[in-house]
This record gives sequence, structure tokens and C-alpha cells, in this order.
Amino acid sequence: MRAALTAALLLALGAAATAAASEQQPTLPELERELICPTCHESLAVSSSPIADRMRSFIRARIAAGDTKSEIKSKLVDQFGESVLAAPPKRGFNLLAWLLPFAGLGLGGAALAVLARRWSRAREDAVPTGPSGNGRGPLDPELERRVDEELARFDA
Amino acid sequence: MARRGKIALQTAAVLVVGLLVALLAWQVVRTDQGRLLSSKVASGQKPQAPVFSLDRLDGQGTLSLADLRGKAVVVNFWASWCAPCKDEAPTLEAAWQKWRDQDVVVVGVDLQDLSSDARRFVERYELTYPALRDKHNWTWGRYGLSGLPETWFVDREGRLVGEHVEGPVTAEELDRNIRIALGTA
Repeated sequence: MRAALTAALLLALGAAATAAASEQQPTLPELERELICPTCHESLAVSSSPIADRMRSFIRARIAAGDTKSEIKSKLVDQFGESVLAAPPKRGFNLLAWLLPFAGLGLGGAALAVLARRWSRAREDAVPTGPSGNGRGPLDPELERRVDEELARFDA
Repeated sequence: MARRGKIALQTAAVLVVGLLVALLAWQVVRTDQGRLLSSKVASGQKPQAPVFSLDRLDGQGTLSLADLRGKAVVVNFWASWCAPCKDEAPTLEAAWQKWRDQDVVVVGVDLQDLSSDARRFVERYELTYPALRDKHNWTWGRYGLSGLPETWFVDREGRLVGEHVEGPVTAEELDRNIRIALGTA
């Protein structure tokens, strides 16, 4: 258990360090994946449109000038609007795009759980239970004892 | 109580679906309005030109189409990376020089471009007519643009008239449509 926790912590620290390095020293391929060509609406990584070429030149120049990833993206948003970003920013109205899928998953999961519980309960009710086999459940032990006594008396 | 909850949930689901359908319809209608402009103008109608107010590339404030009411306006949409835009730039500058004293304004709207590239383009082709920067692609949908360059003509009342030119505009097209916009054709 402790080993698993340590591994998870190390993984999280590693991911954070990578993200920090990527923010401070971004690469062109990284930024290409996070941006959209404004004319063809394809990822900058695959677009061969003239403006995509110009954007790549701009990014190279900004990387060489020492800009961080956020600064470069912010400059491109200033030029083309937020539609240039492959993923909407996590703020304001755009936050909905991030939250709605999780909310949908949560609601769907809850609905499934409720339905599954109802179905299993309905099945339990339908299945005959106890030794009587009449679907009404086992006899009360006290009642059973009295029935046995009466039957014994009757036999005698 | 359970029945009531079920009805409330069903109503909420129907409302959400209705809202999404309305959103889709609104988006389709809004996009089509720009596309319809071209067919309206071709059939002789004079729809109101979508009004815009955009930053000037030279940094000298903004220019609004509404401010040009009373003049004939040539609205040319362009970008520095577009090859046909390079071909037509000298023609537009020549038309501006020819007509500027006769209540005609040529306005260049730069779209889908880097401002620094657009400024270099203006310098390189020695363009002196007002060049505007549409950073957020606002005019693209409103004017139903399908590519660059495209040119529209606006009359003194702010209505779209003449021809909607898709591709590089020629001197003849400019002269002919400017006369229509001035009402002297």
C-alpha cells in the first residue's frame, strides 16, 4: 500500500515537473498540437495552409526570444481570437466545455446505479424464497414449532 | 412523490433538448444570413451592409462603416499570405487615388492574419487607403465570405449594391461598381 502511494506521488511529481518544463521551454511540436489553423480549422500540426506556415514561423521566433508557452498562446489568441486554441480555456463560459462531460458521466453513472438497484430489487421480489416455496418467505420459527406440535398430536 | 420526480426529470430533459435544438437553429440562421447576402445582391436587392467597427492597422484608432454613411465604400477583404490579394493590391490603390475626391472610400479589412505581416504588406504595396484589422474574424460570417480576397460595394445609404466580387477585383469591376454605389451608373 505504502509502495503504491509512493509510486503515485512520484508519478504526480514527475508530471508536474514535465508540465513546468514545457511551460518554460515550449517546443514547436507541442504548441502545434495545442493550436488550430484559423483558415482550415485543422490542427496546426497537420495544416499546410499559408497562414499555418506563418504561425509556425511566429512560434519559432517567440521560442527563440524566450517566451513561455502561455505567452506565445496568449499572443496568438490576441491575433486570431480564442478559436485558435485546440482546447477552450478553463475559465468563464468555456469552463462548461470541461465540466459538462464529467457532469454527464456522473449523472449517467448515478442513473445507471439507481436503475441497476431497482432491477435487482424487482428480481429479488419475484424469486420465491424460503423452504415453503410459496413466495412468502420462511415461516416464523414459533409458528413452525406450533404447527409441528399440532401435527405430532394429530399423528398420535 | 416518485411519480412527480419522474415527470420533473422528463420535463427537464425535454427542455434541455429543446434548448440545444434552438441553439443549433440560431447558429444555422446566423450563418446563412451572411451567405444570403450574395444571392440578394445578385437578384437586385439592396440589403443593409453588416456594420463593423474595427481597429486600424496603423494604430490610429478605429473605423466604423457607419461613420462612412453618405459615401460610396469599397470593402475589400484580404490577408497578407493570400496570393491573389497581392495581385489586386495595386489595382485597389489606383482606384482609391482615382475616386477618393468623389465621395468614395476604399477600406481594406485584413482577416486571419498576423498584424505584423499585414503591416508589412501595406508598406510593401504602398497602400494609402484605410486598412483595418479584424482579429476575431467578426466580418467573415456576417459578410458570408468563402475565401480571400472578396470585395463588396456599399452605397451612400449603407446598402450592399452592384456585384459581390470573389477573387481578385479588376479595375473595370471597381469603376463599374463604384458608379453604381455612387448612383451615377
